[in-house]
Amino acid sequence: MTDAAQFKYVGTRPVRPDGVDKVTGRAAFGADFTLPGMLHGLILRSPHAHARIKSVDLSAALEIDGVFAAISSADFPEVTDSGDMGGEGGGSIKDLSDNCMARGKALYHGHAVAAVAATSLAKARQALAAIKVDYEALAPVMDLDAALAGDAPLLNEEMMTQGLAEPATKPSNIASRMVMGRGDVAKGFEEADVVLEETYRTPTVHQGYIEPHACLATVNEGGQSTIWCCTQGAFEVRSYSAAVCGMSIGSIRVIPSEIGGGFGGKTTVYLEPVALMLSKTAGRPVKMTMSREEVFRATGPASAARSTIKIGAKRDGTITAMSARIHYEAGAYPGGPVPMGCMSVFSAYNVPNLAMEGFDVLVNKPKVAAYRAPGAPQAMFASECIITELAKALAIDPIELRLKNAADEGDAAPYGPTWGPIGLKACLEAAKAHPNYQTALQEGQGRGLAVGFWFNIGFQSSAEVHVNEDGTVTVIEGNPDIGGSRASMAIMAAEELGIPYENIRVQIADTENAGYTMVTGGSRTTFATGMAVVEAARDVIGQAKARVAKLWQVDADMVEWRDGQALPKPGMNVEQEPMSFAEIAAKTAPSGPLLGKASLNARGAGPGFSVNFCDVEVDRRTGKVDVLKFTAIQDAGRAIHPGYVEGQLQGGAVQGIGWALNEEYVYDADGVQQNAGFLDYRVPVASDLPMIDTVIIEVPNDAHPYGVRGVGETPIVAPLAATANAVAEATGVRIRTLPLSPPNVLAALDAA
Amino acid sequence: MAKTHVSTCINGQDAEFLCSPEQTLLEVLRDTLHLTGTKEGCATGDCGACSVLLDGTLVCACLMLAAEAEGHDVTTIEGIASGNDLHPLQQKFLDHAALQCGVCTPGFIVASKALLDEDPDPDEESIRYWLAGNLCRCTGYDKIVRAVQDAAAELRS
Ligand code: FES
Ligand code: FES
Repeated sequence: MTDAAQFKYVGTRPVRPDGVDKVTGRAAFGADFTLPGMLHGLILRSPHAHARIKSVDLSAALEIDGVFAAISSADFPEVTDSGDMGGEGGGSIKDLSDNCMARGKALYHGHAVAAVAATSLAKARQALAAIKVDYEALAPVMDLDAALAGDAPLLNEEMMTQGLAEPATKPSNIASRMVMGRGDVAKGFEEADVVLEETYRTPTVHQGYIEPHACLATVNEGGQSTIWCCTQGAFEVRSYSAAVCGMSIGSIRVIPSEIGGGFGGKTTVYLEPVALMLSKTAGRPVKMTMSREEVFRATGPASAARSTIKIGAKRDGTITAMSARIHYEAGAYPGGPVPMGCMSVFSAYNVPNLAMEGFDVLVNKPKVAAYRAPGAPQAMFASECIITELAKALAIDPIELRLKNAADEGDAAPYGPTWGPIGLKACLEAAKAHPNYQTALQEGQGRGLAVGFWFNIGFQSSAEVHVNEDGTVTVIEGNPDIGGSRASMAIMAAEELGIPYENIRVQIADTENAGYTMVTGGSRTTFATGMAVVEAARDVIGQAKARVAKLWQVDADMVEWRDGQALPKPGMNVEQEPMSFAEIAAKTAPSGPLLGKASLNARGAGPGFSVNFCDVEVDRRTGKVDVLKFTAIQDAGRAIHPGYVEGQLQGGAVQGIGWALNEEYVYDADGVQQNAGFLDYRVPVASDLPMIDTVIIEVPNDAHPYGVRGVGETPIVAPLAATANAVAEATGVRIRTLPLSPPNVLAALDAA
Repeated sequence: MAKTHVSTCINGQDAEFLCSPEQTLLEVLRDTLHLTGTKEGCATGDCGACSVLLDGTLVCACLMLAAEAEGHDVTTIEGIASGNDLHPLQQKFLDHAALQCGVCTPGFIVASKALLDEDPDPDEESIRYWLAGNLCRCTGYDKIVRAVQDAAAELRS
């Protein structure tokens, strides 16, 4: 691994290639596309949280002038594929189809039941009102306790729990159970001097991207389709839409727009298959955009969870055993983040005896979607609170207790593999040494700390590097740029090619102009697609060198590449002037354009650990918690563009603070969300927050040419427990249920 | 339904359009005039993505009827740069990496311009309260606040 000091571009902070378009309003996002003759599509949504759909009558809607299509699930092929969708979200293709358009039953308030396309939005609204749906309302199941009750109404009357020790004998709302672990926890707890067991709860929250879902679809008479949409993964939109609509993958082209946030919530499809079917029926392009209310009621959210954690330790702080029993709400269909939760909950500690048990539970809420490190914030909220509670019980400093048990290179991860180089201890040491950790606190204030973790993923990516006639370079790749990734790609390409950053343009191509590339998610883009860009750059350099060697009539290994030029190797006894890309492109034009490419399955994504700590002040009269200072420390492996790495740390911290302090879905007794808007679902605003201080630790990941680990998801994990631990310090009262909103804090203070 | 004829000045140019009485300024800007730089995040006045200036005053375009723009000056994100020169706020947002996805950025830049037009030297707290009506889910606001501070300093110098 080369030293950072040797890099010319890696580690610098240039302006992102797409920046000017994004500060001038030119950048085109999902809702910014139009086509001539375009219709407007709208969705009719279930007014019940749980109901049998007895009939859908579209005839009156179709009679309205200007209405070109009205469809329901009967117009979609019946999907039977129970295979997994893959990706971070989880769930089956059949359920995906039923989630896009309810079949037989509506499973949450807002579930799509029918759709129309008309010449104007006003006409489309009129058409929705004309659709007659006959429902048989059923009792909704709105949380884990209700779903697990013996006599609970069933969302799916045929669902038998998978993964039980004994096969299930009757259906229930538990889709599956999984168990993992090692050693002997019973023995471990016996060896402990102190054993704690507590239950922690986190609410349903939404990813809260500012751009609502939007798409424009057109199907021609020959069956060829094009979709413009805001998505984290154009190739997933293509395969999911193909499966739901019964079309071939090759017949659909997906053109990703700029994307206004996703955080995992735009890794699946809601509108795209519906717009395709409407367009196919109407014979015209159809545009669909969601309102904010629809985004809240019918997309995302992230699982609510209940985690019971038991921990045992010796007097000296050595943890002897930990166990976790975690229930995740999956929403309407199976696919909560259970495996990731079980695998991450104790990832930070090297403990011989572990037992993790997880349950995927159906409730009448929208099917959950990935949200930044899916499963880990809920699980590690619990484990990182109980570690701090243990530190208090043992009268050991919370950092020292964590350092004593921290996972390190060579230890076995709780989910199997052996840790390579990881930065957990470095993050803990950095926290201990940080000036923010030394400052004195005032009366009514408290400081809390927690660890965060995420696996990060690699998988399939492609990239091309095209050398233009004048020696400038175009990089083509397929990962929608959600947070500055074009800049990282251009930086890595500049570093490899030895040409100025400004001479490189990075293009996010559509599904017919980029090789297959998995979703922008799993913190994989800079790692996996970055690796593909580096390989493609090396490929083009290799070709350029070979061509120059031919010109110079020497062996290829006598040519070297430095600072964007081919040079004779020292010792080569031919006098030759260095040649730039432009010269090589011109002189060797008969050999064809210079084009490097790479397609790969990136392995060895480096796990990312973080440590966050914060100071809070609690107003005992109102229960309001103010975050006074927040410090986010994370191992990035290598920060390609430190500004955007800091941005991930800061943005994740603030989403985590929102989850800890305010955000939650509030439902009435009928299962109707009462706060489906930004006024009442309160995400943090600028005046709620302090500056978010960051420290980037760099423990390079050997699997990546520049040491990248992936940074996007880990940042949201630690803030939940860090904030809760700080509130416990400030008040002397431990609250184990989020959010720590004023009424909840006040109630806890009153009860204490 | 009969449409209303509206005469306005948008980004320094006279502009006329027809709109129906219930159409918002945001809908007309985006759908009729194709000025799609102004974004819709909520359509209920809660996110600030649709921020525009009306005679220099910050408003949510989603909360204003298009017909109400009659006789007024509207400035959108497309009118913030002068010719080929970015406004210092635009440049500082770029320099500070104050945008990630960028969908909130037009609203933040327009809202920040309204602030700096009124108060050339706001402290951190004033910036945070002024921008409290603009939601950003990506950045945690840190770099946005710094970009506004830096742009204010440059505009003062
Ligand atoms: S779109 Fe106008 S405030 Fe959100
Ligand atoms: S940069 Fe994405 S919402 Fe602000």
